[in-house]
Amino acid sequence: MSDEEIEIIDGDKKIGRATFVKTAVGGFALLWGGMTLYPVYRYLCPNGEEDASSKIASLDIGKVSDFPAGSGKNFKFGSTPALVIHTTQGDFHAFKAVCTHLGCTVQYRKEKNKIWCACHGGAYDPDSGKNVAGPPPKPLMALKVDIVNDRVIISNA
Amino acid sequence: MFIGKREKRKVLYWLERRLHASPLIELALHKRVPVHKHSVWYYFGGISLLFLMVQIVTGILLMVYYVPELASAHASILKINSGVEFGWFIRSLHSWGANLMIAVVFIHFFSAYFMKAYRKPRELTWLTGVVLLVLCLGFGFTGYLLPWDEVSFFATKIGLDISSKVPVIGDIIATMLRGGTSIGQSTLSRFFTIHVSVLPILLMGLLSVHLAIVQAHGMSEPSDFTKQEDEEKKYEPFFPDFFFKDILVWILAGNLLFALTMLAPWGIGPEADPFAPAPIGIKPEWYFLAMFQFLKLVPPMIGPIEGELFGILVMTIFAGILAAVPFWDTGESKLKSDLATALGVITVLFMVIFSVWGAMS
Repeated sequence: MSDEEIEIIDGDKKIGRATFVKTAVGGFALLWGGMTLYPVYRYLCPNGEEDASSKIASLDIGKVSDFPAGSGKNFKFGSTPALVIHTTQGDFHAFKAVCTHLGCTVQYRKEKNKIWCACHGGAYDPDSGKNVAGPPPKPLMALKVDIVNDRVIISNA
Repeated sequence: MFIGKREKRKVLYWLERRLHASPLIELALHKRVPVHKHSVWYYFGGISLLFLMVQIVTGILLMVYYVPELASAHASILKINSGVEFGWFIRSLHSWGANLMIAVVFIHFFSAYFMKAYRKPRELTWLTGVVLLVLCLGFGFTGYLLPWDEVSFFATKIGLDISSKVPVIGDIIATMLRGGTSIGQSTLSRFFTIHVSVLPILLMGLLSVHLAIVQAHGMSEPSDFTKQEDEEKKYEPFFPDFFFKDILVWILAGNLLFALTMLAPWGIGPEADPFAPAPIGIKPEWYFLAMFQFLKLVPPMIGPIEGELFGILVMTIFAGILAAVPFWDTGESKLKSDLATALGVITVLFMVIFSVWGAMS
């Protein structure tokens, strides 16, 4: 019998003392470690409560005349950066200004007539938000634009 | 006042009885450095150490005035730069020192790689060195956010978004580091804590191990040196010969740091605005430029996987192969040895070409 690891009594496998102690010590160490580390893990987890002010359904961003045709403007929509574009054809389009590549904030570039991400040179179509050049894998998330009493109202699409 | 020989011996005896340091002194006195045409690379570990000490001292000094709070962080750096006497000097030393340290650590890394200093019995020296290099990049990444300017904000955004692309654990890690879904006060607090306490403890611990193993094995000797006849091998004692040369190199490295600090004091960009678009022409720090340029070139989708993830995967596998080099290039096979060298050359060329390309585009 090597080191009493396994003792065979009446044909039954019995665990030797050394194995028992090793397993018990190991088991308790894991348990104790887990009990200590779990609170630390939870402590470090960000609490999911978002600021009430960051949850919004719609936003009045100003008068139509504040946005000349062929221009774009970045604004804050709740907790996300957003972008509104007044095209030369007179249409309004709004998107969440978060690049679908690595999350940089995009902007409208008039000379290219594209929505542009300065970080890695991604480009989107200003009418549809579709990714047209560079690394972005997906189109921008669209927001809804309504013109009510000459004011530009942005809401979740 | 002069202490007589007898008193000096008494003091040393008193200390020896308490510290038992004589074996260590013995070791130090017998430490010798091989002399050959590649000896110059031995200095780079020491220079890294010098810059590390500069970082510790200037970092502590900066903490006296820096406030890790969203509304005050940028203003406190502005105050250090213009309102505190010699504040610009301390901050520039820290910023330039960080850059020089990363550069020197890279040189140290590649010189060990090309001299094949990672081979048996120095595998653990190599591995601890690799982790130390990663820690240095971690220092760079976390420290970069602290001034809370425009570029640092987007650099952090990109860095965390890249890590969130890693399957399964990526998102958890990014959220834990960010302290939520967007970069804000939680991120700043976390990065500050990591930069000034977590990383320093890890670095000091690991560096002690790294240096202890280096002492245990002595300086690594390149193969053309070990091939020589014993009589032909030249060594110099570490104390005092190499030590004084080391000091000289430290003075030169220190002077380079001072010169850069004086000639080009480190500035600060406009304060970060989380809702403003990324500024045109934004670029990461030079040591992330190659990676940045590479990720810019990867198409959005490669087969079924996102281009970004593919890029990270390729770079991780490549870095993994380099880090594991002591286990596949053991020195027994000429082919594998040449392969290791070729891989190193490719890596250096990639880093240089892509960095220059990234800087120019």
